[in-house]
Amino acid sequence: MAEIEGKVKEIISKQLGIDVGQIKLESSFIEDLGADSLDNVELVMAFEEAFGIQIPDEAAEKITKVQDAVDYIKGKLG
Amino acid sequence: MDADIPASRTMSGTMMGQTALVTGSARGIGKGIALALAKKGVNVVISDVNIEEAKVVATEMEALGVKAMPLKFDVSNSVEVTSAFAQISEAFGRLDILVNNAGITRDALIMRMKDEDWDAVININLKSVFLCSKEAVKLMSKQRYGRIVNIASVVAFMGNAGQANYSASKAGIIGLTKTTAKEYAKRGITANAVAPGFIKTAMTDALPEKVKEDMLAAIPIGQFGEIDDVANAVAFLVSPEARYITGNVIHVNGGMYM
Ligand SMILES: NC(=O)c1ccc[n+]([C@@H]2O[C@H](COP(=O)([O-])OP(=O)(O)OC[C@H]3O[C@@H](n4cnc5c(N)ncnc54)[C@H](O)[C@@H]3O)[C@@H](O)[C@H]2O)c1
Repeated sequence: MAEIEGKVKEIISKQLGIDVGQIKLESSFIEDLGADSLDNVELVMAFEEAFGIQIPDEAAEKITKVQDAVDYIKGKLG
Repeated sequence: MDADIPASRTMSGTMMGQTALVTGSARGIGKGIALALAKKGVNVVISDVNIEEAKVVATEMEALGVKAMPLKFDVSNSVEVTSAFAQISEAFGRLDILVNNAGITRDALIMRMKDEDWDAVININLKSVFLCSKEAVKLMSKQRYGRIVNIASVVAFMGNAGQANYSASKAGIIGLTKTTAKEYAKRGITANAVAPGFIKTAMTDALPEKVKEDMLAAIPIGQFGEIDDVANAVAFLVSPEARYITGNVIHVNGGMYM
């Protein structure tokens, strides 16, 4: 489970070009990490690819914080 | 996501080893564009519904020392488009250039134009650009590099009696080009349009002499365009040197519309 969190942070760090250390579970992609709407779409695509899952648009819209992504992916894989 | 883009792809320099998809490239202007790119060392996907001709063209391109892949898909069919891009990604690992060239005409005066003729032209000329661009930007965003060129037409700007469907589809392409340019500018992707005037192809050879004479009178340069005139404009827009040009239209029409 901690593994998922680490992988999620790594993907975010790569996508947004920021240090993994700066990414906290409560960080909001847009407000805290400087993502724009296009980054958000690309992040979701990257999660789908990395974890081999499908994230429907309705679910993707609700993923605004790092924790949301981790929870959603855990739910899908768990 | 790989940020290691060779300098040659981002700075001025060679396009050698890049990959391009040119739709409708079994003949005509599309074939000319594919040839112009192959001459610059770009690997080309020759896509068309006419796969027999596409295969012949691909063989011609390979003689220039590049990889050429004939690929059959209908640009207006989203399932076929998605699968085509998966095949391209599998074969080449990247896509640097997309030229949306495939197009048709179904001319009639508005009073006589059938719904089917309207729908077919809008789907093949305009929806196709949306479908192919959608797949292309996914690949290009990851690469942080891409060049999209959409082939419009002078009639998008002038209108043309008998071409309600065609002129609307080509005008639609202009709006779509500008939106694509704005959405993906931050990802190193440019999107531009080339609007040809009257170009000598099988499509225009078929016109009656009288029509051709009238058109010629409206062209300041006094000649019809050649396929290469269009291909050269496309080759410039897809080059790394054109990095600061996006959301624009290059008119290739001998001065017919300014
Ligand atoms: N010839 C001109 O004077 C002129 C002027 C302005 C714009 N254009 C535009 O340039 C482009 C090329 O024109 P051209 O004169 O070379 O035409 P063309 O008819 O010679 O070539 C078009 C190619 O597209 C292919 N095609 C048609 N429908 C397709 C589909 N659904 N899926 C995939 N491929 C399909 C055809 O098989 C053909 O090989 C078109 O978009 C056209 O509107 C041409």
